[in-house]
Amino acid sequence: MSILEVKDLTVTFPGGVQAVRGVSYEVERGEVLGIVGESGSGKSVTSLAIMGLLQQNSVVSGSVKLHGQELIGMKEDELVKVRGKSISMIFQDPLSAFTPVYTIGDQIAEAVRIHQKVNKDKAAKRAVELLDLVGIPHPDVRAKAFPHEFSGGMRQRAMIAMAIANDPDLLICDEPTTALDVTIQAQVLEVLKTAQQETGAGIVMITHDLGVIAGMADRVLVMYAGKPVEQGSVDDIYYRPRMPYTMGLLASIPRIDGEEGALVPIEGNPPSPASLPPGCPFAPRCPMKVDMCDEQEPPLVPSGAGRHVACIRAQEIEHKGLTGADVFPVPVIPPSDVVRVPRAERPTVLELDSMIRHYPLMKGAVFKRRVGTVHAVDGISFDIAEGETLALVGESGCGKTTTLQQIMQLAPPQGGRVVVLGKDSSTMDAATRKALRKDLQIVFQDPMAALDPRMPVGDIIAEPLRAHGRKDVEARVAELLELVGLAPEYAERYPQQFSGGQRQRIGIARALALEPKLIVLDEPVSALDVSIQAGVINLLEELKNTLGLSYLFVAHDLAVVRHLADRVAVMYLGKIAEIGTVQSVYDHPAHPYTQALLSAIPLPDPELERNRKRILLEGDLPSPADPPSGCRFRTRCPKFARLSADEQRRCVDEEPSIARLASAVDHGAACHYAEEVEVITASDDQEEK
Amino acid sequence: MRSKVVLRRLFRNNQARYGFVALVALVLVAYVGPYIGKYDWTEKDFMAFLSAPSADHWWGTTSIGQDLYAVTLRGMQKSILIGLMVALISTGLAAIVGAFAGYFGGWVDRVLMWGVELLLVLPSFLLIAIISPRLKSGNWLWFVVLLAAFSWMITSRVVRSMTMSLREREYVQAALYMGIPRWKIIFRHIVPNMSSLLIIDATLNVSSAIIGEAALSFFGFGIQPPDVSLGTLIATGSDNATGYPWLFVFPAGLLVLLVLSVNLIGDGLRDALDPGSNS
Repeated sequence: MSILEVKDLTVTFPGGVQAVRGVSYEVERGEVLGIVGESGSGKSVTSLAIMGLLQQNSVVSGSVKLHGQELIGMKEDELVKVRGKSISMIFQDPLSAFTPVYTIGDQIAEAVRIHQKVNKDKAAKRAVELLDLVGIPHPDVRAKAFPHEFSGGMRQRAMIAMAIANDPDLLICDEPTTALDVTIQAQVLEVLKTAQQETGAGIVMITHDLGVIAGMADRVLVMYAGKPVEQGSVDDIYYRPRMPYTMGLLASIPRIDGEEGALVPIEGNPPSPASLPPGCPFAPRCPMKVDMCDEQEPPLVPSGAGRHVACIRAQEIEHKGLTGADVFPVPVIPPSDVVRVPRAERPTVLELDSMIRHYPLMKGAVFKRRVGTVHAVDGISFDIAEGETLALVGESGCGKTTTLQQIMQLAPPQGGRVVVLGKDSSTMDAATRKALRKDLQIVFQDPMAALDPRMPVGDIIAEPLRAHGRKDVEARVAELLELVGLAPEYAERYPQQFSGGQRQRIGIARALALEPKLIVLDEPVSALDVSIQAGVINLLEELKNTLGLSYLFVAHDLAVVRHLADRVAVMYLGKIAEIGTVQSVYDHPAHPYTQALLSAIPLPDPELERNRKRILLEGDLPSPADPPSGCRFRTRCPKFARLSADEQRRCVDEEPSIARLASAVDHGAACHYAEEVEVITASDDQEEK
Repeated sequence: MRSKVVLRRLFRNNQARYGFVALVALVLVAYVGPYIGKYDWTEKDFMAFLSAPSADHWWGTTSIGQDLYAVTLRGMQKSILIGLMVALISTGLAAIVGAFAGYFGGWVDRVLMWGVELLLVLPSFLLIAIISPRLKSGNWLWFVVLLAAFSWMITSRVVRSMTMSLREREYVQAALYMGIPRWKIIFRHIVPNMSSLLIIDATLNVSSAIIGEAALSFFGFGIQPPDVSLGTLIATGSDNATGYPWLFVFPAGLLVLLVLSVNLIGDGLRDALDPGSNS
C-alpha cells in the first residue's frame, strides 16, 4: 500500500505564476522516489506544498493523501500533528535548519517531546541514541554541543537524526547532500540508507545530482517547468529514457568513468514559469521537435510497465532505441595545435615551488595576540605548460582557494616561489605586475557575485580593456560577446537580465578580453545546472584549443575535472597528495585519499552504483590550524588502519613527499605505501578476488 | 556605456521627468517671477499691512507691508541654491570619506573615522556660531560650506560599513586582479552599488538644509534681515499661521513643492541606476 499519494498537485504563486502544474506520484513503504530537475523546475515547491509549508498567499490545489488522509486544506493545528511525526523533511542547508542558540541534543529532544509523551530525561536519552544511530562519535558529549560546533556533515547527520526521531513513514530530502563535500556526501547517503532501514520509511529524494539518484532511488520522476515529464523505474529512466529532456540530461553530465570528447549540451534555458511556451514546454530546446509539439502540451501518459512519459514521439524513441547522443547535436571542438609539441618542450606558464601561505590565528578584542597558525597552504609545487589544463581538486578547506588567491595577487609568497610566465612574483616591480595581469585572468565561481550588478555587460567586459589602455573598445566587446556565444546587442543589458549560464559566459568573455595566456578558473561550472554546465564546459574547451590558452582549474567536482583537465593535482589539508595526468590518477589512483575521493563520487549509472564498493572515510577534515604530524591524511586513512605498528610509525613521524610512481611517466603520490588501485568501477565481486 | 544606459533609463522614467519639469519650473519662478510681480522685494507698501491676498498683492503682505510674492521668490532663490548645494556637498563628502575608510581600512580608516567622530561630538551649532560672524562680510557660500561640513558624518559611517561588506564581493576582487587602481574601484564599483542610500540621503538633506538654515538664521547667523530665505519666512510665518495663513502657506507650499520635485528626481535616478527596477 502506498504511504503518500499525490494527485494533480498545482501550486500558484501570487501574480498567477504556476510553479507546479499537475504533479502526481505515489510512494510506497520502504521505497525511494527520486525527483530530478533543474533549478526552477518546481521540485522543491512540490515538497513544500506537501508539507504545507508554503507561504499563506500561494494557492495549492489537487490532492495529497497520507495513508488515505487528505492533507491539502487540513487545518494548521491538525497539520502540525502530521508534520515531523508522519512526514519529516531534511533540508539542504543544515546550518540554517538548526536554531543556533540551543544545543543539538535539546533540539532533537524537542522533536521527540512534541509528538511523544515522554519526560525530559527520556527524550534526552533518545536524542543521544539517535545521534549514535546516525554515526556521530561520542553522542553523549556531542549532544550538548551547539550547531556551530558541528561540521557541515555532522550537522546534516544530526538533521537526519531529528527527522527520524518519531519513526516517520515518509522522509522528504530536499538536496540533502548538495552543500557537502563528496566524501562527506558518501557518509551522509550511507546514514540515510541506514535511517531508512531502521524506520522502513518511504523517501522522496529531491536533487539535481543524477549520480545520487542512481545510487539511492528505486523510481525516478523527472520534472521540467513545473510538470513531470517522465516517470519510471530507475533502470528504465537511466538506460531507456523516452523523453528528449531526460535523454539530454543524461547525455550532458560529465562522468568520472567517461571517455573524452565534447559533452552534449541542451541548448537554451529552462522557461520561466511566468511565460511558458505554448505546447510542450521543452519544445524550444528539443532537437526532436515537430510542428505538433507547439500545438498542445503532451500529457503524462502510461507507456509500458510502471512508466509514464510526456512526449508525443516517445513511441518512436522506443522503437529506434534513440539515446541523448543520437538526438542532440554533439558539438565539434577543434583540436589544439599546441599539444602536438611534447610537454617537455613547451614553455611553462605557471610554476609554483613549495609555496607556503599561513595565516595567524588571533585572539582577544583589545590586545590581539597570536594563538596559533592556520597552515592554509603548506608547501605545494606544480607547473603548467602552455596549452595545458591543470586541475586542483580537493574538498573545502584544503587550501585550493588560498593557492589561487596567492597566484592572482602576484605578491611575494611567505615561502617558496610563484613564477608566472617566467617572472618571479617576489622580484617584480609594479609596472611588470600590471603588465602581467594582462596575461593572467580569472573566472569566478558564482557568476552573479563576480559581475557588478550595477554595470551594463558592455562596461563589465570593457573594464579590463580600458584599464590596460586598449583602443577600439566597443568593437572588441562585440567580438568577445560573439566569441562566447552571446549576441553583441546584449552589451547594454545588466547582468541580472541573464541566466546563470549566460552570466558565466560574460565572466569568461571578460577574462578573455586581454587575450591572456593563463586563465584561473575557480569552480566555473559548480553553480550551474547540469544542462547548462555542459555548454560552458564545451566553450572552455573550445576556447582553450582555438586560442592556445592554459588553465588552472580549481574544482571539487571530479567528473568535470576528468573532462576538462589534462593533469590533476589532488590537495589535502594544504598539501598535494597526488599529482599526474588525468588518465593515470583517475584510472590508477595511488594515494588512499584520491582513492576515497574517487570512490565517493556517485555515478549516474544505477547498475554500477548498486554493486559499487565504496571506500568510506571516517570523520571530518582536521583543522588546518593543527594538522596531524607526519602524513596529514593518516587520521582518516583507511590504509593506515591496516598497517602494522612499525609501518604506522613511519606515517606518524615522517612526512611523505611526492614520489614518482614507476608505472607512469607523469604520476606521483605523497604516500609511503602508495599502491595503485582501480576504484571508480570497483565492485564487491572484485574485492573477493 | 553605463552613463548612456542610465541617462536613457532616467529620461524614460516618468517620475524623473515630472521632477525635472517641476524643479525647472520652480527655478524659473524664483528667478523670472520677480520681474512679473508689481513690487520689488525691498519695497514696502505702507497702505497694506498684513493684507490678505488680493489683485494688488497676489500673495498678501507681511506685517511691515512687504509684498509676500516678491519676498518669497527672493527667499526661494537662496533656498534652492543652499538646499541643493548642501545636499550635494554633504552626501558627496559622506560617500567619499566613508568609502575610502571602509575600503582601505587600517590607518586610513582610523584617521578618517577619528575625524568623523570628532565632528560628531563637537557641537556643530556652536562652531557655526563662532565661525559665521567672521564670515559675515563674506559670501553666503561660506554658509553653505559650513552647513554641509556638519551634516555628513552619520551617513559616512553607514557608507563605511556598507563598503566593508561590498569590498569582499567577487566583482571588486575581479577588478583588482584586472589591475585597476583602488581609487577607481571605489568610484566605479563601490559607490554605484550604494547609490540608493546616497540618493535618499541627498534628497533628505535638501529639505533639512533649508530648514536648518532657517534655525541658524533665527539665531542671527546665515541669512540676515533684510535679506530673506524660505526658511526664515517659514519661521516667522508659522507664528501667525492661524491668523494670517498666507504668511505661512505660500513659503511652506513652495518648500513642499521644491522638496517633492527633488524627491521625484531622486526616485527616478534611483530607478535608473538600479537594474532591478522595471520602470
